[in-house]
Amino acid sequence: MDKRMTTADIVGELRDGMTIGIGGWGPRRKPMALVREILRSDLKDLTIVAYGGADVGMLCAAGKVKKVVFAFVSLDFIPLEPYFRQARQNGEIEVMEIDEGMMLLGLRAAAWGCPFIPTRIGLGTDVIKVNPELKVIDSPYDDKEWVAMPALKLDVSLLHVDRADERGVCQIRGADHYMDDWFARAADKTFVTCDELVDSDYFADPEESRYVFWERSATTGVSLMPGGAHPSSCAPLYGFDVPHFKEYSASAKAGGFAVYYDKYISNTTEEEYQKRVGGLEAIRSLPAPVY
Amino acid sequence: MSTPAKEFSLAELMICAGAEAFRNDGEVLATGIGLIPRLAASLAMKTFNPDLMMTDSEAYLLSEPNPVGNRPDNFVQKNETWMGFSRIFDNVWSSKRHAMVGPTQIDQYGQANISALGGSYEQPKVQMLGVRGFPGNSISHANSFFVPGHNKRVFVAGECDMVASVGYNRERLPGGYSLDDVDLRLVITDLCVMDWQGPDHQLRLVSLHPGVSVQDVQENTGFDVYIPEQVAETVLPDEEQLRIIQQLDPHNLRASQLKGNPAGRR
Repeated sequence: MDKRMTTADIVGELRDGMTIGIGGWGPRRKPMALVREILRSDLKDLTIVAYGGADVGMLCAAGKVKKVVFAFVSLDFIPLEPYFRQARQNGEIEVMEIDEGMMLLGLRAAAWGCPFIPTRIGLGTDVIKVNPELKVIDSPYDDKEWVAMPALKLDVSLLHVDRADERGVCQIRGADHYMDDWFARAADKTFVTCDELVDSDYFADPEESRYVFWERSATTGVSLMPGGAHPSSCAPLYGFDVPHFKEYSASAKAGGFAVYYDKYISNTTEEEYQKRVGGLEAIRSLPAPVY
Repeated sequence: MSTPAKEFSLAELMICAGAEAFRNDGEVLATGIGLIPRLAASLAMKTFNPDLMMTDSEAYLLSEPNPVGNRPDNFVQKNETWMGFSRIFDNVWSSKRHAMVGPTQIDQYGQANISALGGSYEQPKVQMLGVRGFPGNSISHANSFFVPGHNKRVFVAGECDMVASVGYNRERLPGGYSLDDVDLRLVITDLCVMDWQGPDHQLRLVSLHPGVSVQDVQENTGFDVYIPEQVAETVLPDEEQLRIIQQLDPHNLRASQLKGNPAGRR
């Protein structure tokens, strides 16, 4: 079984109007090479479901997004994502704003084939008011109201991992795999970029297979893309690129996304992109953040 | 017997006052969002509530709070268990947690907002983070608030522009719930300490920081604060607390948290 694809093949599988889940968390382990490939494409009207960072900001800035399903969009050390802010403040995008735990429940419901999962989250808040599609229901077992968090069924999920083999066995060695396992399970098709492509024998060592969080049946395609999470991190291989994020963020106030896009993304391959940001060696030497 | 500190900053006073929020919590996950709340929870864990649990703000539960900022190369953090984001929710929903958070807006009901300000929901004037984990935290476990600048833009009249967390608001109370199901604890500001134990869960003044008057508090709050007959002065830091804070924050990052790093006695 060989699931290897190019990033162009992967983006070729996407269609206008699709609902796309993006793994990672804020500035961490985002499939940015795939995001850049989407930015270079003519895709539009996407619904993005994500624990959002620059992935969401860039796609909004480039006019690719119809709707964002989110709990936050943030670059962590830069709390507010500049282009997501602009898109919201200009009224350019629809949103479904939910708690970050609700998003997890929605992905689980989709993965498990349930129409919804009951939860207390959202009760008493405006999350219920601004999302009329969120139903509050009576429990058959107690006298309380519950929120019926609907399944967040995804057409496609896009993820970046440390290592994978050609069958789609994916390893995340970083301290946290975030919700990537649930994004993989909630989608009809899941496409993964990886920093390293390894032989299947690599996972024979239980110390390595311990860091595989979903079955290969949940992976549709794999693309080798070293440094493909840049400027987000792929711990422990590299941290996030603080100066690059600062420049990205500053561009929103001076010139807008076109300035950033022209400098780093337009008319590039991922190889050319990496040259423009200092090369793979420089990416691989980005230090891990201290919390 | 503790020795009162002669000199201390307002940040240090707020860290010590914030630690009190966790005093009687027992064995719960203490989460301080931001430097001063994190130091407050860490101080509580290092002094009067060693049963507290804390994370490294990444993916591990620790038996000892990590010092903030860069740590020496040979530093080994005291891991207890893996505690990645998905497992944090298992803890949150089990209610064994107390978070101290810094909302942009807090209203008379203790509802809070970090999502967006002004305009319409479709087009807010100022987009901030989004509701993040506020809805789930507030309905699941205890929450305290940290407010570095006590003013009417934070403590707003009416309701928050976007109510991200549940508070003591009968109008919004879900079916089957009572106000006692909501668990809001302390509010630590640069002026005072408050809680939500006034009549009908009204915001109540608990103690004033040195040099602050009742009038200062009321004038900077966009709704009525319940003022009891006796209002104490906030308990001042002692030498032992300052020594532990110094260990927890060896690079003195706390000095840059409040504008001008004011002294604790004004």
